[in-house]
Amino acid sequence: MAISFEVNGETRSVEVDPKTPLLWVLRDSLNLTGTKYGCGIAACGACTVHINGEPARSCSYPVASVAGKKVTTIEGLSRDRSHPVQQAWIAEQVPECGYCQSGQIMTAVAFLEKHPRPTSAEVDEGMSNNICRCGTAQRIRKAVLRAAGMTNGSADQVGTGGAR
Amino acid sequence: MTTQSLSRRALLKSGVAAGATLVIGVDIAGRVRAEAEKPVVSPLSAWIKIDQNGFVTLVYSKSEMGQGVSTSLPMILADELSVDWKDVRVEHAASTPAYGDQGTGGSGSVAGMWMPLRIAGASAREMLITAAAQRWNVAGTECHAKSGAVWHGSDKLGYGELVESASKLPVPDAKTVRLKKPEEFTIIGHSQPRTDIPAKVDGSAVYGLDVRVPGMVYAVVARCPVFGGKVKTFDATKARAVKGVLDVFVIEPVGRGVHSWGGVVVVAETTFTAMQARNQLEIEWDYGPALSESSETLRRQFRKLVDSNMKVVLQQGDFEAALAAAPSEKKIECDYELPFQAHATMEPMNCTVHVQNDRAEAWAPSQSPTQVQDVISQLTGLSKNKIQVHTPFMGGGFGRRYQADFPTEATQIAKQFRKPVQLVWSREDDMTHDFYRPASYHRLSGAVDADGNITGWRHKCTSTSIAEWWDPGSAPESSELGCTMQMPYLTKSYKLEYLPAASAVPRAWWRSVEASVIGFVMESFVDELAHAAGKDPYEFRIQRLGESRLVKDPSDSRERPLETARFKGVLQLAAGKGNWGKPLSRGEGRGIAAHYSFHTYVANLAEVAIENGHVRVKRIVSAVDVGTPVNPDGIRAQVESAIVYGLTAALKSQITIENGRAVQTNFNKFTTLSMKETPPIEVYIVPSTVAPTGIGEPGLPPTAPALTNAIFAATGKRIRRLPIQPGDLA
Ligand code: FES
Ligand code: FES
Repeated sequence: MAISFEVNGETRSVEVDPKTPLLWVLRDSLNLTGTKYGCGIAACGACTVHINGEPARSCSYPVASVAGKKVTTIEGLSRDRSHPVQQAWIAEQVPECGYCQSGQIMTAVAFLEKHPRPTSAEVDEGMSNNICRCGTAQRIRKAVLRAAGMTNGSADQVGTGGAR
Repeated sequence: MTTQSLSRRALLKSGVAAGATLVIGVDIAGRVRAEAEKPVVSPLSAWIKIDQNGFVTLVYSKSEMGQGVSTSLPMILADELSVDWKDVRVEHAASTPAYGDQGTGGSGSVAGMWMPLRIAGASAREMLITAAAQRWNVAGTECHAKSGAVWHGSDKLGYGELVESASKLPVPDAKTVRLKKPEEFTIIGHSQPRTDIPAKVDGSAVYGLDVRVPGMVYAVVARCPVFGGKVKTFDATKARAVKGVLDVFVIEPVGRGVHSWGGVVVVAETTFTAMQARNQLEIEWDYGPALSESSETLRRQFRKLVDSNMKVVLQQGDFEAALAAAPSEKKIECDYELPFQAHATMEPMNCTVHVQNDRAEAWAPSQSPTQVQDVISQLTGLSKNKIQVHTPFMGGGFGRRYQADFPTEATQIAKQFRKPVQLVWSREDDMTHDFYRPASYHRLSGAVDADGNITGWRHKCTSTSIAEWWDPGSAPESSELGCTMQMPYLTKSYKLEYLPAASAVPRAWWRSVEASVIGFVMESFVDELAHAAGKDPYEFRIQRLGESRLVKDPSDSRERPLETARFKGVLQLAAGKGNWGKPLSRGEGRGIAAHYSFHTYVANLAEVAIENGHVRVKRIVSAVDVGTPVNPDGIRAQVESAIVYGLTAALKSQITIENGRAVQTNFNKFTTLSMKETPPIEVYIVPSTVAPTGIGEPGLPPTAPALTNAIFAATGKRIRRLPIQPGDLA
């Protein structure tokens, strides 16, 4: 049975076992590998996407239940890393290995939509269920506040531009 | 995981490739060969490429796992080359035998590549200067290089215009080529944005699990949950009936040097199908002798061992006499315990391999691509030049990705199923079949005299030795005692004893290796001695470091001595920035600890508050001496990361064993420090112009003891067993 839903503005249709978690449909069927597998049990947040604008852990979300809905993944956030959260992530030099960061960014975007002017404690609360094994929490905290326009980040920020 | 220092013996080779492109290579393997006095072939390990338009591409040869080598290594090259950072592009070296060893670990990348990259950059710069001088018909000494051009007065020639003639010049002698003075650096020491970060905010960075090759299939392996167990029989009828399953077969364990477990393989069209079908396998296991092992049996064994006479590894002065002479109130004996720890890299193990009749290709998120090549060659019989290994981004390494088990399994599978196969480990696979940080037990005894001098210090240690696991013939203590060999504090007698414990639990290098254990034990015990002496723990450390000295490693004359002045330097910096001595509220405390590992000095200061029997870490201040700081913001990021990893191990995570298997199987049980629990971390870097040392790991060892020393200051309770359990502070 084909299941149709919208991904990053495009309607997609997949023929898979309806129990298949959205995560694996995105990664293996639709080749959208920006969404990561970290635990498979909704414990780490690496697989976070937006479903109809709400953050969701795609590893624990059967694809059948997204039929007809709108899914946004990290690839759909902006065409050119221009989303303020992505910009803040670069400015604060957040990622280390980077593996958790798609999920962190998608969580942060959804969080900021609900809390456009968060306090630092609210950021902690909103972001605490995402695991970063590289320990980037402090930089994530700063980046979320920066994206909200609450701060200009660390005093000794690194320059912009440069090699890539 | 040792850091090898490189000398200016590293060799250079130039050649013209692809028209007028100047290619400078550094022969890292050259040092080994030069030492062995064998003829040098030239496996290029790092390259500078300049094209006729002046575009500069710098190639880095180490694996990027978030530690920033794709930025810090090219920065070194770019500075000596005298180009502007904004004009540089970086590229990862493909892995072929020509590149030599690309192993990434032991916090050794910047330390090891520092001189070779500087020489390479400087050589290219001097060749370009010579080419310009010849064109102008002036002396090279009248010219200088800056921002990708050579200047003579106001005359200027861009590198792109010079590259063709420069590439025909002889390469300067590596021993005498002019290197920049530290005050001439324009890139080194100035924070640069990491080159790998943009791709990590938009989902475009390709990790091992993101590799997609046409015709690719996916595989998972059912491994025996008990360490060392094997498949007895299995029935795959139900698994094969799952739609999308392509094959089911057995792979054998591979022993020494690899330690893969073998098991039942399911190959399928998608990852999820493979995982689902694996659940349908009916397997009868031969659990083997490990079934009776548990953390409790191991603990009993540990205690018995430290109660016994152990092997004396080091003896300086007469410890027994010192202890006999000390009054009882100045004598202490304490036992410390540390559990197994999983690496739990955010991206589980995986490897994609395609074996064909005459060639093989692999996409291996490995800290050692050369080892991957060896494994494939051995298993397939293909010669190494027929094997191409790509290194995608890695979702964390921490030492786990140094192992060859996952590439071995992937190759075994791809040999049998002749399509590109991506082997995927689930989180459960990853956590229950790790090579864990060893569990260990330590009995420390010591005494101080009336003046606060340490008169005796004895460390009896037992653990599940890494050396014994990997190399049963070797000395089991060689992997376990680490920095105990270089005791920074003055003591009139010092004794080290060791015996290994028997265990079937696989173990290997975890972030900072034995320093993660030894740092906790030594820096807890020195705090306890300070208390016994009635001294402030910071002042006690400073006094016991004494005059500036070099502390040699008595077990290895080639090991770099510990410099007590630098040890003291980081302690002073951390104490100063962390307001040591300033009064705190009731229920709050400050603790400090320092440790020397990977030739780097780090002191951490922790400030805690105890709230309802729970510890809240309020602040961590870290002072690091890494020699020349190449990319300061990158260094801060690594130290922050190591501290969080250390706090997780002190406060949250552990692997316990029951019925011969790991109890914790996923992040719901193996918990990590959350953002709420992550304190502000301040990192201060000691200015220095000596050669840089490692930074990926040394921030970790002084973290747990700073924390537990702070808890002692706040509560008078000593934590001697990690991780801290809820009841410990009640
Ligand atoms: S992979 Fe979905 S929460 Fe971890
Ligand atoms: S950056 Fe590596 S897990 Fe978060």
